[in-house]
Amino acid sequence: MAAPLTLLLIVAVTIRAVLFRSSLAELISERVEVVSPLNAWKRVVEGLALLDLGVSPYSGDVFHETPLMIYLFHFTVDYAEIVFMVSPYFVDCLSCLLASLDRAKIFRKQKYALESDRYPADCLELLRSPKEMFYIPLKVAMFYLLNPFTILSCVAKSTCGLNNAIIALFIFCTLKGSALLSGILLALATYQSIYPLTLFAPALLFFLQRLYIPVNLRRSSFWCFTLQYAFIYVGSLVVITGLSFFLLGSWDFIPSVYGFIFSVPDLTPNIGLFWYFFAEMFEHFRLFFICVFQINVFFYTIPLSIKLKEHPVFLIFMQIAIISIFKSYPTVGDVALYMAFLPAWSHLYRFLRNIFLVSCVLLACSALFPVLWHLWIYAGSANSNFYYAITLLFNFGQILLVSDYFYAYLRREHHLTHGLYLKKKDGTEATLVLK
Amino acid sequence: MGLLSDPNRRKALTNLLTRLNAPICMVCYLAAIVWFMGLAFEPFTLRTYMSENAMGSTMVEERFSSGERALSLAKEFDAHKRKAGGMPVEWLVKAMQARGLEVFTQSFSRKLPFPDENKERYMVRGTNVYGILRAPRAPRTEALVITAPCSPGNSDNQAVGLLLALAQYFRNQIFWAKDIIFLVNEHDLIGMQAWLEGYHHTNITGMEYSPLQGRAGSIQAALSLELSSDVITSLDLILEGLNGQLPNLDLANLFYAFCQKLGVLCTIQGKLQRNDWDTAEGYTHAAQTMMLMVLKQACGRSWGDHGLFLRYHIEAASIRGINGFRHYKMDVATIGRLLEGMVRKLNNLLERLHQSYFFYLLPSLSRFVSIGYYMPAFGLLAVILLLRVSFPGLDHFTFFNPSGPGVLTVLTPVVISHLTGVALYLLPVHLQEMAVEHFPVSETEAVVLTAVAIYTAGLALPHNTQRLLSGEGTEQGWKVLKLTALLYLAVLLGCTALINFSLGFVLAVTLVPITASMTPHMPKALSALAMVLLSPAFTILYCVFIYQELIEAPVSVGEGWMLFLSVISQGILDHALYGSLVYPLLALFIYPCWLMFWNILFWS
Repeated sequence: MAAPLTLLLIVAVTIRAVLFRSSLAELISERVEVVSPLNAWKRVVEGLALLDLGVSPYSGDVFHETPLMIYLFHFTVDYAEIVFMVSPYFVDCLSCLLASLDRAKIFRKQKYALESDRYPADCLELLRSPKEMFYIPLKVAMFYLLNPFTILSCVAKSTCGLNNAIIALFIFCTLKGSALLSGILLALATYQSIYPLTLFAPALLFFLQRLYIPVNLRRSSFWCFTLQYAFIYVGSLVVITGLSFFLLGSWDFIPSVYGFIFSVPDLTPNIGLFWYFFAEMFEHFRLFFICVFQINVFFYTIPLSIKLKEHPVFLIFMQIAIISIFKSYPTVGDVALYMAFLPAWSHLYRFLRNIFLVSCVLLACSALFPVLWHLWIYAGSANSNFYYAITLLFNFGQILLVSDYFYAYLRREHHLTHGLYLKKKDGTEATLVLK
Repeated sequence: MGLLSDPNRRKALTNLLTRLNAPICMVCYLAAIVWFMGLAFEPFTLRTYMSENAMGSTMVEERFSSGERALSLAKEFDAHKRKAGGMPVEWLVKAMQARGLEVFTQSFSRKLPFPDENKERYMVRGTNVYGILRAPRAPRTEALVITAPCSPGNSDNQAVGLLLALAQYFRNQIFWAKDIIFLVNEHDLIGMQAWLEGYHHTNITGMEYSPLQGRAGSIQAALSLELSSDVITSLDLILEGLNGQLPNLDLANLFYAFCQKLGVLCTIQGKLQRNDWDTAEGYTHAAQTMMLMVLKQACGRSWGDHGLFLRYHIEAASIRGINGFRHYKMDVATIGRLLEGMVRKLNNLLERLHQSYFFYLLPSLSRFVSIGYYMPAFGLLAVILLLRVSFPGLDHFTFFNPSGPGVLTVLTPVVISHLTGVALYLLPVHLQEMAVEHFPVSETEAVVLTAVAIYTAGLALPHNTQRLLSGEGTEQGWKVLKLTALLYLAVLLGCTALINFSLGFVLAVTLVPITASMTPHMPKALSALAMVLLSPAFTILYCVFIYQELIEAPVSVGEGWMLFLSVISQGILDHALYGSLVYPLLALFIYPCWLMFWNILFWS
């Protein structure tokens, strides 16, 4: 386990170091798929220059990172490359631990369920063998570190990598069972990009499950823990925001960071769904549709939390995927984060139906993005509709991927309780249909 | 979504596709060919129309009449050109200054990677001369360009003469809202490249040039003029630019409209338009014209001096005067009037040409096929590749299943194929000195023959690669490799067809049938022969023969082979000089992809 992991780390570092030194780095850091107005390194440098001059970094309309981030880079700007090289390893090492913890938990549960004869006998092949589980951390690490999306994002020095690291740390602390650290990190992630707010629900569900507290609105123990966790979360959010205020001496960053995320004033094309829609829209509908689009990101939390309240870890995955699809300035770095989780669900593989189609669509789209960008911007022969068509297809692929995993997860659960080979009442083989 | 989520319906669809896979693929292939050939049939095409309002509705009266002066200037230019043994810079500067232009020169030099035997040049050194007519009526933010080449020998003198006469005439008009740049470029495309790079402050090809002293605004459109005789019978319009890029269709419409107005015979691909579309000859004629356009576009080079403008988002076309065996001849003044009319209409533009199509094929000047009509032909071919991905016996799950064949089995052939591709891309130019030392060949021959040798050596190489690392190849192994290769080819051809439809289509027509049906269980010798005959290099060879046939200059096998070699050297030169992408595409992607299928054939 250690040897392949070391090898993997060396390979990943080499690829990044080579790319950092090559002429491609500049090209990559200009790509709209890789950097967004929120996390472009060019903008961070601009913000740092303003800060050094004693001007508020938010005084122009260029810099939209959070104050803590700029102060982090204020001290490490000379080592920026190293920071960006290291940040994926956080994610990676943590996901390794994550998977191993997850593993222990599932084993316990499986053992318990088997002993109590809760699962039908023919479900044995659905359970995960220790051998399979053993390689999951390595696979997660491989999926994240060698994912071209991560590599591109890292070489472009997009601060997205650091946000991913914070979210990974949060997941790690949650799975470790440390409510305090989990709350603080969740607050930090929310502070960075707001959307991780929706991860509050799965984290809470996870802790409740861990402490054997039933989700029951009439129970005082439920309310007690919920308030406790919410207090940690809100408290650290207030502290972090206050800290930013004292560092910067003004509240400029609130409209410039969060206003920027919510009201989507920058319509530079990216792989998301916002830019084209709002570029085409009449100005007086803008507010309404911004509300619709933004509520869309948060709304899935409610139905998903109800449906998956027994499976908070899977819920975390679903939420991260939904955020990266529907957020206002998505980049490929966000996509890479939830894709790193896919090997953790390798046991769902036999129930996936469209995985081949989806991988073809995602591959083709990744190749077509630069081609259509070239045709639109450089050759001038295509136009924005062409590019947006690919964006739509890419998001369609992602949504199909996520819903496919959701379906597979539910189906596996169904089979675990009802047996693998279902029979209809008349004895013929039955099929499960999702409606 | 019903189809995607309902397992019963999915199963029915999959069954249908697996059972009828081969027939569906055949039908798709035939349909693609028929569809493509049908594009030239007139009822299926659209009549061209002017989309740009600024050019459509305004009336222009052409008054240019100094044809005699143009011819005398041409003679004078010729004399000075002979005396100077190249570009007569001083005379040209004086002549332009005398006509009230702001005149500047630009010198440039370029060492070719290897000697160009077609044009007999290696170390190129030259000067561009250009004069700017400042617009009297508007802020000078936009410009138009008229160019004429200074070619060796007797050709294109009249073009320069007409250029100067037009400059003199334009200088006296007051309605110009855009600066007009009159450019005489030396060494055709190399000079043009130097001038454009100088104008836009870029340097993408390692050319050495002196910076431009005078500039005008952003260039909106450019016309390149090629004229080698005092009288002409017809004018030919050339649209194909670098990497198969085409100017906006409105530019062609503009040319066609003025030819109609002035009664000038106009051709495209050197072919006159015929009116008898309902006869077999009429259809064949249109099909030949379209095929010529497809072949020219597919080869990705610039077919006139205009071709490099397109890269800078400038709509440009070349107009070539043809002196054929017809009774009705036109003098230079008529061509001058035609240019005057076109430039005046372009002068009226309020924004860049963008209303009309950028993706089109022209079976004749008055008819066009837009992207929506021709893309299905390619789509049908791409569908075959995607259908074959789901061919019987290959379970998709093996692709992802860790217990299936190792990544190594697939990765080895892929990596080795691509390394061969990299060798094909890098070695010919870099090894020329060594080759010249050891073999009795010239540099150009050395480059081309090295390329051919590496290409051929690539065929011998991959047989043993997968055995090297993973022992015997398994049944699953080649299936996974084939799946990867099919997907790779589909994405590759799709991207190519978007940028350069003709290239994508020509490659798809030859590559799809053999790659879609390739398995290791076919008779080795026969299928190996078929594969070689349908490989990318042979595609180029066929294209050379078909092209010669279409321009009515058929060649023997030997001549064809020489032409083939010169096409390869031109392709490599175009890549090095102007950044044409066809050679790297073929060497780095298409050829390795084809090698992967070759590998499947010899899988053991």
